[in-house]
Amino acid sequence: MSTPTTAELKPAPPPVETIRIKVDGRELDVPKTMPDWQGKPQPTTMLQACAMAGLEVPHYCYHPKLPIAGNCRMCLIEFGTPMMGPDRKPVLNEDGSPKIARSVLPYEPDAARGAIACATPISPGMELYPSSAATKQMREAVLESLLINHPLDCPICDQAGECKLQEYSVEHGQATSRFVETKVHKPKQVDLGPRIMLDDERCVLCTRCIRFTRDVAGDDALGIVNRGSYNSIAAYPGRQFDNNYSLNTVDLCPVGALTSKDFRFQMRVWFLKETKSLCATCGTGCNITAGAREEKLLRFEPRQNDAVNGPWMCDHGRLNYKWVQREDRLSTVISTRTGSGTWTGVLAEVAEVLRNAPKGSVAMVLSARQTNEELYLLNKLAVLCGAITDSIAREGQGDALLVSPDKNPNSNGVRLTGVAYTEMGIQIPKIAAGIRNGQIKTLVVFGEDVTRHGLEGDVLSRLDHLIVSDVLPNETTQRAHFLLPGCAHIEKRGTFVNVKGRLQKFMKAVEPKGDARPEWEFLGELLQLLGRPENFKSLEGLFNQMAKDTPAFAGLEWSRIGDLGVNVKL
Amino acid sequence: MNNARNNLTTVKRTELTFLEKLYVPTLWSGLKVTFRHFWNTLFRGKVVTMEYPEQKWTVPEGYRGAPYLVKDTEDRTKCVSCQLCEFVCPPKAIRITPPGPAVDPTTGNVEKRPKEFEINMLRCIFCGFCQEVCPEEAIFLQKDYSLTGVSRSEMIYDKEKLLALGGVHRGPIMKWKQKADEARKQDAFKPE
Ligand code: SF4
Ligand code: SF4
Ligand code: SF4
Ligand code: SF4
Ligand code: FES
Repeated sequence: MSTPTTAELKPAPPPVETIRIKVDGRELDVPKTMPDWQGKPQPTTMLQACAMAGLEVPHYCYHPKLPIAGNCRMCLIEFGTPMMGPDRKPVLNEDGSPKIARSVLPYEPDAARGAIACATPISPGMELYPSSAATKQMREAVLESLLINHPLDCPICDQAGECKLQEYSVEHGQATSRFVETKVHKPKQVDLGPRIMLDDERCVLCTRCIRFTRDVAGDDALGIVNRGSYNSIAAYPGRQFDNNYSLNTVDLCPVGALTSKDFRFQMRVWFLKETKSLCATCGTGCNITAGAREEKLLRFEPRQNDAVNGPWMCDHGRLNYKWVQREDRLSTVISTRTGSGTWTGVLAEVAEVLRNAPKGSVAMVLSARQTNEELYLLNKLAVLCGAITDSIAREGQGDALLVSPDKNPNSNGVRLTGVAYTEMGIQIPKIAAGIRNGQIKTLVVFGEDVTRHGLEGDVLSRLDHLIVSDVLPNETTQRAHFLLPGCAHIEKRGTFVNVKGRLQKFMKAVEPKGDARPEWEFLGELLQLLGRPENFKSLEGLFNQMAKDTPAFAGLEWSRIGDLGVNVKL
Repeated sequence: MNNARNNLTTVKRTELTFLEKLYVPTLWSGLKVTFRHFWNTLFRGKVVTMEYPEQKWTVPEGYRGAPYLVKDTEDRTKCVSCQLCEFVCPPKAIRITPPGPAVDPTTGNVEKRPKEFEINMLRCIFCGFCQEVCPEEAIFLQKDYSLTGVSRSEMIYDKEKLLALGGVHRGPIMKWKQKADEARKQDAFKPE
């Protein structure tokens, strides 16, 4: 059995050069260099060293995946360096240890001079004091100055509950404000672009949004205008902030300045139930956190996975969730033959049809939007009925950052489970011909409107039996003799294999409506009715069984996939 | 063997005396109270009961009755739909529908207010947490203590009803007015 190749199992990197420093009096060896936002080695900063010591240095402008700006000053900490004599030799204490010179203001030798931890590299023998009284005072002062003109809009601010200004104010700020003057008012409800609304009063001018759109998204759309207290973020005059990654700035914005128009004033964040899932809009498979309240999906946010999407996702995928809970979603299981409307009844009829179908008279069109587990069961079913199977390719525009030209989330799953060959859709004309000449009498369709992919209505009308499972109504579902309402991926658990061969699992965020059930559940029952009892009791069991039977997944177990997925051999 | 049983203490029931077993003296002492009130009401004009519901009890200051929404003196709904009361309410009596992203041009500089606000008075336990948590002084426990209705749905008070019952609050906090005034002053400011 071959072991899966995971990022974690790569050969150990060569030993790294380290520097010995002290953090809060504790000695620590830290690597001399650390990857910067693009992964290039750069001298380790004080902030990274503190993080290695388990201490979070509060910060606004610093973001591990953005170039460093060093403008917010929130990360100031007190530090000291080994004292040097005039002979450039370290000065020693009486006990032989090097004497440390605390950094002080040149004109005020009693006051500590901090350094911004996000941009200051460490040097051998350096001592950092992230918990000292002077550091505390610096943080208080920075927060006080940030709050001078801050509107304290928390009751109406979408960021409340996940706002760094709130969090740091509670942790590091002062309890009361000394500011008695009138606050400066800046533009509110600024329409930055089709998906973003800006509240300039809340902005702390960290420039994360500017750097993201300029350096990551490659669209230099934002900048700071006006002077002093009137500094405001704005889009380039006459232009909209409208690129396919714009909503990432809403996540990046440490405060409630940039808000998503889609999520704006929909729900306070503390009511959201968060579920680890994936985006199923293209083959990249960005990791997401789905937020829902009382079975209503309210937002998708990217979940960091450096092997797939880093901390970002595209706007299109982020907003592609509304269809799942559309009013006209399929929610009744039905057999138009007998009018039966129960799962037991309809599945029994479907089993009867498949059992009596002669070899070679069944065809299956299975979407690359189904999960690996479902495709595995469907393939079993196909083998049982001697059916010809295929899937439908979905090509579109890709880009250099995340979006893949493959618009199916699980094309590789289709290939690895044996449902289709490298090129998807080559069997469709054969199936169409088979139906036309009367050889194929039964068609099973999962998750595709085949009338738009080469099996038009007049072809389907020649069939004796059309068995369809889908989420939304379409012409194929309207023509179905047996309609089995299934689930969108956000309503069930399962795994996809992305375009690069990363197998990732996703969890269920909301309940499906009405009769709709996860496909793997009723497929298991169907196989049982056909005399092939499956011995899985849960999705975990099904996955493990699939992994045993599928060479590409050999050695995998559900419990060992983890939240970030594993690489499989394509 | 049975530790739990060993730890039990048996309390002996007090034996009743002969008179106590008769019940008559106890009965008599109760009747004395009844006769005293009867006498006082009939001949000395000291009324201790009320003809409810024609007569109603005036509740003391600080009484915690039903929670209602209030408006400010310029007829604005004070509630900003922050949903803190919904979060804090122990029996989950409050349900707020936030306004969504659409900007309502008729409300001036009011940025956010609830689209719908319901309190299920059958659930409410009059604890006052909503009033305490409200950052805008928009909800107050008022003096109504007797709420009636003929169906469950009637006992779910919606925003209109809560505002009508709540009336006007004359407090110093007028968030939107203050913001508008400050912004106007800033715009009008001309450096010499
Ligand atoms: S940005 Fe943060 S601190 Fe400012 S109003 Fe919003 S939640 Fe409050
Ligand atoms: S809008 Fe947000 S991300 Fe952009 S500079 Fe202001 S605070 Fe930073
Ligand atoms: S008084 Fe208590 S129970 Fe009633 S609505 Fe307010 S918080 Fe809920
Ligand atoms: S706490 Fe006050 S402002 Fe917030 S939703 Fe409740 S009543 Fe409205
Ligand atoms: S995090 Fe902003 S200056 Fe360091």
